[in-house]
Amino acid sequence: MSGALLAARHPDPRPGRVSFAQSLRAEWVKFRTVRGWVIAMIVAVLLTVLLGIFAAGNVNIGCQNGPNAPVLTGRACTPRYPIGPGGEAVTDSYYFVRQPMAGNGSITVRVTSLTGLHGGGNEHAAGQNPLAGMSKGVVPWAKAGLILTSSTKPGAAYAAMMVTGGHGVRMEYDYTHDTAGLPGSVTATSARWLRLTRTGDTITGYDSADGRHWNLVGTAQLSGLPATVQAGMFATSPPYTVSTPGVIGTSNQSGPSQATAVFDDVTLRGSWPAGGWAGDNAGSGAASPGTGLGYYRKSGTAVTVSGSGDIAPLVAGPGSAGPTSTFEQPLAGLFIGLIAVMIVGTMFFTVEYRRGLIRTTLAADPRRGRVLAAKAVVAGGVAFVVGLAAAILAISIGLPRQRNQGSYILPVSTLTELRVIVGTAALVALAAVLAVAIGAMLRRSAAAVTAAIVAIVLPFLLAVTVLPASAGAWLLRLTPAAGFAIEQSIPNYVQAPAVFSPAQGNYPLSPWVGFAVLCAWVAAALAGAYILLRRRDA
Amino acid sequence: MNAAPAARYPIWTGGRDALRAEWTKLCTVPGPGWLLGAVVGLTVAVSAAADAATRCPVGMTCSVDTVRLSLTGIQLGQAVVAILAVLVICNEYSTGMIRVTLAAMPRRPVLLAAKVSTTAGPVLVAGAFAVLGSLVAGLLILPGHGFTAARGFAELSLTHGPTLRAAVGSVLYLGLIAVLGTGIAAMIRDSASSIGLALAVLYVFPILTAFVGNETWHDRIERYTPMAGLNIQATTGLRALAIGPWGGLGVLAVWALTALLAGGLLLRLRDA
Repeated sequence: MSGALLAARHPDPRPGRVSFAQSLRAEWVKFRTVRGWVIAMIVAVLLTVLLGIFAAGNVNIGCQNGPNAPVLTGRACTPRYPIGPGGEAVTDSYYFVRQPMAGNGSITVRVTSLTGLHGGGNEHAAGQNPLAGMSKGVVPWAKAGLILTSSTKPGAAYAAMMVTGGHGVRMEYDYTHDTAGLPGSVTATSARWLRLTRTGDTITGYDSADGRHWNLVGTAQLSGLPATVQAGMFATSPPYTVSTPGVIGTSNQSGPSQATAVFDDVTLRGSWPAGGWAGDNAGSGAASPGTGLGYYRKSGTAVTVSGSGDIAPLVAGPGSAGPTSTFEQPLAGLFIGLIAVMIVGTMFFTVEYRRGLIRTTLAADPRRGRVLAAKAVVAGGVAFVVGLAAAILAISIGLPRQRNQGSYILPVSTLTELRVIVGTAALVALAAVLAVAIGAMLRRSAAAVTAAIVAIVLPFLLAVTVLPASAGAWLLRLTPAAGFAIEQSIPNYVQAPAVFSPAQGNYPLSPWVGFAVLCAWVAAALAGAYILLRRRDA
Repeated sequence: MNAAPAARYPIWTGGRDALRAEWTKLCTVPGPGWLLGAVVGLTVAVSAAADAATRCPVGMTCSVDTVRLSLTGIQLGQAVVAILAVLVICNEYSTGMIRVTLAAMPRRPVLLAAKVSTTAGPVLVAGAFAVLGSLVAGLLILPGHGFTAARGFAELSLTHGPTLRAAVGSVLYLGLIAVLGTGIAAMIRDSASSIGLALAVLYVFPILTAFVGNETWHDRIERYTPMAGLNIQATTGLRALAIGPWGGLGVLAVWALTALLAGGLLLRLRDA
């Protein structure tokens, strides 16, 4: 079609010589004049938005402030979480044996034991001793050690050296940062020495297995730290979670837990004006004293500290304390939109073969690569607009709706919000280009549409339903479905005890790496399409 | 072709001829054979890969339904079945063959019945091979990965009642997907859109359940959408299912027959 038409408008003495802009124009005209495709694009946006809002919202959240208080719903139930120095929501609750430290100085301690108790379900009834019915065992992310913090208010800046239940020695600061130190757990025969040193705004953490040879674990820059900080020993232990893989998805149960650590050989350097220890619940735990899970005891040089809670970034899912949700949750309907876009993307190429139009197209512009590029750009561009519209609408309608229902949306930076929205649009665009390339390779609509949908949707489906987490994670690393990682707004923190799953918005690859995997697949498909287009007759 | 007015004959008149014609069409192009082979090959390959990726280390309790795990490949096999079912109808529309077919067999219901039988029949046979192959793969791989009968995992033997139900049910499931695909194709007539819709119906609901927070709706989706059909593969934790194995397959059958009826109705009402 376009050959004669374009030649008339742009007289060119050399037949078949059309510029890329003209090829683009021709493909755009082909796209927008097929009414079904335009309707399909609009339907893709609508379905994505409606399904996303339906899936993400629609949660009945109820709460009560006490056993006889009226049951509240909606916004009144929205939990309040402390905000950390980086702007993220955090969990900040621990038992703190502290004294003020003025100026520079250091604290060194030996940890000789870390033990714990945990519940497994709902045995903790109101008014009961919370320790009743708990079983022995330290949870993997139970933490005890040294902490140096600007204040005991929830969300305060801090740096800490700690032993953990199952992850060896760690240095953590400002909730999101975590560095591994010595491996192995603390026992009577293998004690751990920990040291925190303050020099201006720089906190340095060391560990040692014998008290003589010290290893540097990490340094933390806590800008704006006050001259006098609170420093000392802490213990905390996050809820114990049991995950039971169900037929579809995973069901989770969690109960409280408690960690108890024994410290001795406490060595203080610098200026410690108070001259003695004081113990209390710190962070948001200070607001609810008397839970019975935090205490400290001195016997001789040994100090026993026991606590419950966590010092970690807040993540969505069963590990978190309340109904939390992520920024990208309303994008759950994207799959239906992707399928629609991929159908049209495939047909954009295959229909030309069915109708014989491809011969006209190639007569007008014999350079195969350019035809492929023009189709990919047009399909990708349209899909990008579709994805952008769907993402903006779904999030701007879905998030306020979720907030009104009482969900707490984990805060993320504007840059991350932008990355999620534009990334989603790019994801839809890449899916469309992949569909075009597969269509060009297979030339048959049915096989090509199936291949395109199966490549992106099926790995995700298998990962969230039948496959165990490890196998599902490999699918989401290797297949084009890795690209969904671009939607993840809250990073995967190793130190946050959540059950990670794609349905909770957690992917095994970081956002841009996952996106790069999808890009590699699209590039490979385009290369394959180019080679086959050049080699075959139309 | 019947020269006499059609009304004098019962509705199934010409059924045998239609069947033979459809069977000839199916056998004389290479596509269906390849697709049926792909159903078996891909189903067994994905099942074996899922088996290979799953382990239950000694000392851990794993709540894995080994039968369901070793039939994972059905998730991909059903897509190939849908392609076959859709192509049997849509290829006729894209080549214009449908006009010849309808000239030879003007009774739309008989034609659609012949088409759905010649599609679903071979699919059932291929499905049987696919399911058996998947179970054999599970039998070979899973015991070595810690899923032994001694630890309480269901044996992948057809003498074990729930395993037999899962195996037979999975074959029937593929047959119903063929019926669903035929119905959708008869409604839509374009192959790309038909296959896309079929895959959307099959894949979007299970994904949606992973996101839906509202338990009532979660339950409704599991119970009333075609995904309920895959409950036939469950051999453990039946109480946790929103709908039982046979009930679930029944839900899929209702979807498939509704699609077929709607397709038949549209075939009758529209010009080809």
